[in-house]
Amino acid sequence: MEPAGPIAFEIARLWWVMLIGAGLITTLVMVMLAMALLRNSMAGDPARSERRWIYGWGLGFTLTGLTLLLGFALWTGERMLARDDGALTVRAQASQWVWNFVQPGPDGQPVATQGVLYVPAGRPFDVYITSTDVIHGFWVPQLGGKMDAIPGHPNLHRLMAATPGRYEGQCAEFCGRGHAFMRFEVVAYDPAGPVPDFISDPQLTREPPLSDAPDIVTDLPAEEARP
Amino acid sequence: MTDASLTSGQEDTAQALADIASNPPQRALGLHRQLDRVWSDLPGWRGFFTSVNHGTIGLRFMATAFVFFAIGGVLAMLIRAQLATRDGAFLDSDLYNQIFTMHGSIMMFLFAIPLLEGLALWLLPKILGARDMAFPRLSALGYFCYLFGGTVIVLSLLFGVAPDGGWFMYVPLTDKTYSPGINADVWLLGITFVEISAMAAAVEITVTILRCRAAHMPLTRMPLMGWYLLGTSVMMLVGFPPLILGSILLEVQRAFDWPFFDVARGGSPMLWQHLFWLFGHPEVYIIFLPAAGALSTIIPVLSRTPILGYGALVAAVIGLVFLSFGLWVHHMFTVGIPHMALAFFSAASALVAVPTAVQVFAWIGTMWEGRVQFRLPMLYVIGFFATFVMGGLTGVMLAMVPFNWQAHDTHFVVAHLHYVLTGGFVFPMLAAVSYWMPLICGRWRIRGLGEAAFWLILIGFHGTFFIMHLTGLLGMPRRVSVYPGNPEWEWLNLVSSIFGMIQSAGFALFAFDLFMQWMFGRRSWRNPWQAPSLEWAMPMPAPSYNFASLPGPRQPDAGAMLPLARGEGLLPGAPRGWRETLVVEPGSGRPQHVAVLASNTALPVATSAAIGSFFAMMLAGFYWLAPLGILATLVVAWKWGAIMGTDRDHAPVEVAPGMQLPLHWQVRNTLGYTGTVALLVADSTLFGSLLFGVGFLTVVAPNWPAPPSGIATWPMLVMSAGALTLMALGALAARLAEARRATGAAFWTRLGLLCCAGALALLGGIALGLDDPTRHARDALRGATVAFAVVHGVIALMLALRADADARSGRIGAQRRGAIPPWQLFQLFWLGTSAASMALILTQEVL
Repeated sequence: MEPAGPIAFEIARLWWVMLIGAGLITTLVMVMLAMALLRNSMAGDPARSERRWIYGWGLGFTLTGLTLLLGFALWTGERMLARDDGALTVRAQASQWVWNFVQPGPDGQPVATQGVLYVPAGRPFDVYITSTDVIHGFWVPQLGGKMDAIPGHPNLHRLMAATPGRYEGQCAEFCGRGHAFMRFEVVAYDPAGPVPDFISDPQLTREPPLSDAPDIVTDLPAEEARP
Repeated sequence: MTDASLTSGQEDTAQALADIASNPPQRALGLHRQLDRVWSDLPGWRGFFTSVNHGTIGLRFMATAFVFFAIGGVLAMLIRAQLATRDGAFLDSDLYNQIFTMHGSIMMFLFAIPLLEGLALWLLPKILGARDMAFPRLSALGYFCYLFGGTVIVLSLLFGVAPDGGWFMYVPLTDKTYSPGINADVWLLGITFVEISAMAAAVEITVTILRCRAAHMPLTRMPLMGWYLLGTSVMMLVGFPPLILGSILLEVQRAFDWPFFDVARGGSPMLWQHLFWLFGHPEVYIIFLPAAGALSTIIPVLSRTPILGYGALVAAVIGLVFLSFGLWVHHMFTVGIPHMALAFFSAASALVAVPTAVQVFAWIGTMWEGRVQFRLPMLYVIGFFATFVMGGLTGVMLAMVPFNWQAHDTHFVVAHLHYVLTGGFVFPMLAAVSYWMPLICGRWRIRGLGEAAFWLILIGFHGTFFIMHLTGLLGMPRRVSVYPGNPEWEWLNLVSSIFGMIQSAGFALFAFDLFMQWMFGRRSWRNPWQAPSLEWAMPMPAPSYNFASLPGPRQPDAGAMLPLARGEGLLPGAPRGWRETLVVEPGSGRPQHVAVLASNTALPVATSAAIGSFFAMMLAGFYWLAPLGILATLVVAWKWGAIMGTDRDHAPVEVAPGMQLPLHWQVRNTLGYTGTVALLVADSTLFGSLLFGVGFLTVVAPNWPAPPSGIATWPMLVMSAGALTLMALGALAARLAEARRATGAAFWTRLGLLCCAGALALLGGIALGLDDPTRHARDALRGATVAFAVVHGVIALMLALRADADARSGRIGAQRRGAIPPWQLFQLFWLGTSAASMALILTQEVL
C-alpha cells in the first residue's frame, strides 16, 4: 500500500483504523478465550452471566463498535464518489484483453491511446468505464478503489493522482484467458510543465494498436470531450 | 448430569407424563433382532443401490463429500504450486482457469453443502428421537443425483473441458460467444443436477424437524442443533431457487439463444449477478449454521455445563436467517450501484456481525462458566475461535464500501473467505466428526494421531492464509496465473505455498486417523462424552433403527438408554413388519399419527438415472432427445405415488398403553402434505425470482422498450381466460373429490384430470402464439413464464392421474384421501402463478 492520491489516502486511513481496531478486538477475544479455557470454577449465576456475555459483550460491545466504524466509513465514502463538479472526464474502454483510453490532448482535442492513460496530476478526474465484450475491472491500486467495466452499464469512477508519476493498473475482474496480462499504466503529468506526447505502450498492447481507436473517438459523447 | 434446562423443564412435562404410560419391558435382544430384520440394508452391492436408511445415506454423503474435499484440495495444491513463483510455467492459463474454477465449485457445491446435508441426515433423527428422516427415498434420490452430477463435473477435468469461467460464472464471459465449448454447460447442468439433492435435503430436514420429534418435545426445547438445522433448511428452501433459476436461464440462453443476459437484445449481465448472489450470500450462512450448531452441541458437553442463553442463540439463528438475505449486494459493490443502496447494504453487511458475535460470546461464556476438558473435539473448537474471529473482523472491514473498492477481487478477499469458511465450517466439522465418530463406528480413536493432525492443519492454515492478507493489500488480484512484473509478491506467495502443503499433510493425517479408528480402535463404551442428548441413548455403533422404542416424556435424555432398549418407550419393535416412526404436531410435539416409511428400494437410483439422462442429453447437445429424459422421469415418478395410498382401512396402532394412533394413510396432515407445502415455498421463491427478473430487466436494462409485440390480442385473451378457468375448475374438482371420497371420488378425479389436460392444451396454444423468444429479453421472459406454467401443469396432471387411479382401484375411501390433498395444493399453486404471469403479460401489453 503506497497511496498516491487523496482517495487512496482516505482508504489507507480507513484501513489503518480498522486494522488497529481488529487487532485489539482479536487480542481481547483471545484473552477471554484463554481465561475461559483455564478457569476452573463452576460457581456462578446463569442469569447474571447471560446478561454479561450476551447482552453486554454480544450486543452492547458489538453494536457500539459497528456503529462507530460504519459512521466513519460512510463519511469517508461520501467524499470519494464521482459528482457533477466539472471535473475532467476520461474514457476507459475494456476489451479482451486490452484497455483503450480517450483523454484530452495538449490542444484540448480527444486523443486515443492504448494501454496508457494520461491525466494531469493534482486534479480529480472521472473515468467513464465501458466494456465491449465481457466484464472487466478498472483498478489502479495506488490511486484508489476499483470499478467494474460492464457491457451495457457504463460506470463513472472518481480518482486523483496527487503527484506526477507512473502508476500501474490492471484488470480486476476475471475476464478469460488473458486476464493476468490485461495491464495498463496511468501517467500523471505535471499540468504546469510540458505535456508529454501521448503514445500507446507497445509493451501493453497485445492486438494491432489503434485499429479501432477512431471509433472510440467518435463514440465519445460530446459533453465529455471538454478539456 | 447437571443439566439445568432439564430440571426446570420437569414441572412442565409433569402433565405430559400422565399422558403416556411406559410399555411393558421386553428382552432387548429380541427387540433388536425384530427391528434389525425390518430396518437393515440389503447385503452386498444390492444394499448400495437400494438402501434408503438415513444412517447409511448420511454416512455415504459425508464420505463422498470428503472424497470431493480431497480432490478440491489437490486442485488447491496445483494452484499453490503455480503461484509459488512469479513466472510459474507449471499450468498454462487455460488449465489454470479450469483449476481455480473447479476448486471453488467443488468446495462449495460438492463438499460443503453435501457434508452438511450428510451430517443432518445422519444426525437429526438421532437427536430428535425418531427412527428415520421423513422421506427416506428422497434421501437416496438426493444422494444419487449428487454422486452422478459430481462425478460428471470432476470427470470433465480429466477430459480438459472443465468449467473455466470462475465459480461465479459471470456472463457474458460464460455465454456462447465467449465460451463456445461445453465447459460452461458442464457447470450449469452439473451443478443444477447436484442441486436436486440440496432441494431434497432442504424439504426433508424441514419436515423432519417439524414433525418427527420425540413425543412431547416442544419446538422451544428441542436440542439447539435442531434450531440451527431448521434455519439452514429454510435458507436452502429460499436461497437455492434463485441460483437454479439463473442456471436454467443461462443454459437456455446458451442452448436456444434466448437473450436473458444479452445487452443488445434487452438483457443484462447484472441480472445473473443478482440471481447468483441472492443465492451466494445466504449460502455462506447455510454452510455456517450447521457448523455453529455443532459448536453449540459440543462446547457445553465438553465444558460440563449447560449452554448459556438458549433463547438468545435461537434468536441469533433467526436473525441470521433474515439478515443473510439482505446482504447479497455486498458482492457487487464495484459494479456501479446507486449511492443509497451502497449505504444500506453496507450497514446490513455490518449488522450481520451482531448475531454472530452473540453466539461467539455465548460460547466463550459457556466455557467460562464450566470446566473445559481438552479432548480432541475441543482442540478443533479452539481452532475455530483462533480462525473465525479474524475472518469475521476482515468481513466487517470488507463491508465498508471504500475499503471494499480497494480490496475487492484481491488476495485479501481470498484470505478473508478462507478464514471464514475454514474457520466457520471446516474446523467445527472436524470437531463434529471426531465428536460423533464413536457413535458412527463404535470405536475409540488411537491416541496422538488426531492431535498431530490438528496442529498440522492449524499451523498450515494460518501460515498459508494470514500472509495472504498482505499479498492482497500489495495489490495482487485474484485469478491471475503469473505475475512477472511484481517480484515483491513472490516471497509472500512462496510462503503461502509451503504452508499450504503442510496443511494438506494435516488433512491427510486426519483421514488416516479416521481410517485407523474405524479399523483398529478399541471398542468405545457407551456415551463416552457423558452428553445429555438423545443420540447417546442408543447402542454403539448406532443401529439402523436408532431406538428400539421411541423416547417420550419419561425418556427425555441419554440416561434412558436401558428403558428404551427394553421397549418401554413408544412404538416398541416392528411387530407389523413395517418401518414405523412417530409423527407429532409441529409446535408442541404432541403425537398425532404413525408414519409407515419406505423400505429398501431401487426406485431412487432409477429416478436419478432418469433425471440424469435428461441432463446428459442437454449436455451432449442432443436437444431433440432431451424430452425422452423427461418422459423417463415421469414414468419412474409415477411409481413413487404408490406409497400414498392403501386399499383397506387399518386399525389404529397402540403406541403406548392406552394410546391409540392412526396410520398415516388415514390422516390428512401427513408428512407428505407438510413436504408439499415446504416444496411449494421453494417453488414460490423460484417464481418470485422470475418476476424479479422481469422487473429488473424492464427497469434497469438498456435497449428497452422491446419492439412491438405481434401477439394476436383476442385469441390469446380467450385462450388465457379458458386456461385459467379450467385450472380453477380442476382445483374445485379436487376439492369435491376429497369431500365426496366416501361415496364416489372417481367422477370428480376424472373431471379434474380432463380440466388439467384441457388447460395444458390451451397453454400450448398460448406458447405457440408468443413472439419469437430469441428476439428480445421481454419475449424470452414471457416464454419462461409460460414454460413455468406448463411444467406445473404437468405436475398437477400427474397428481390428478394418481388420484384418479387411486379412486378407480378402491384406494380412496371415507378415511383414505390418497394423493388428493397434495394435488389440491399444486392445482392452486398452478392457478395462482399462471394468473400472475398472465396478468403480467397483459399489463406489459397495455402499457
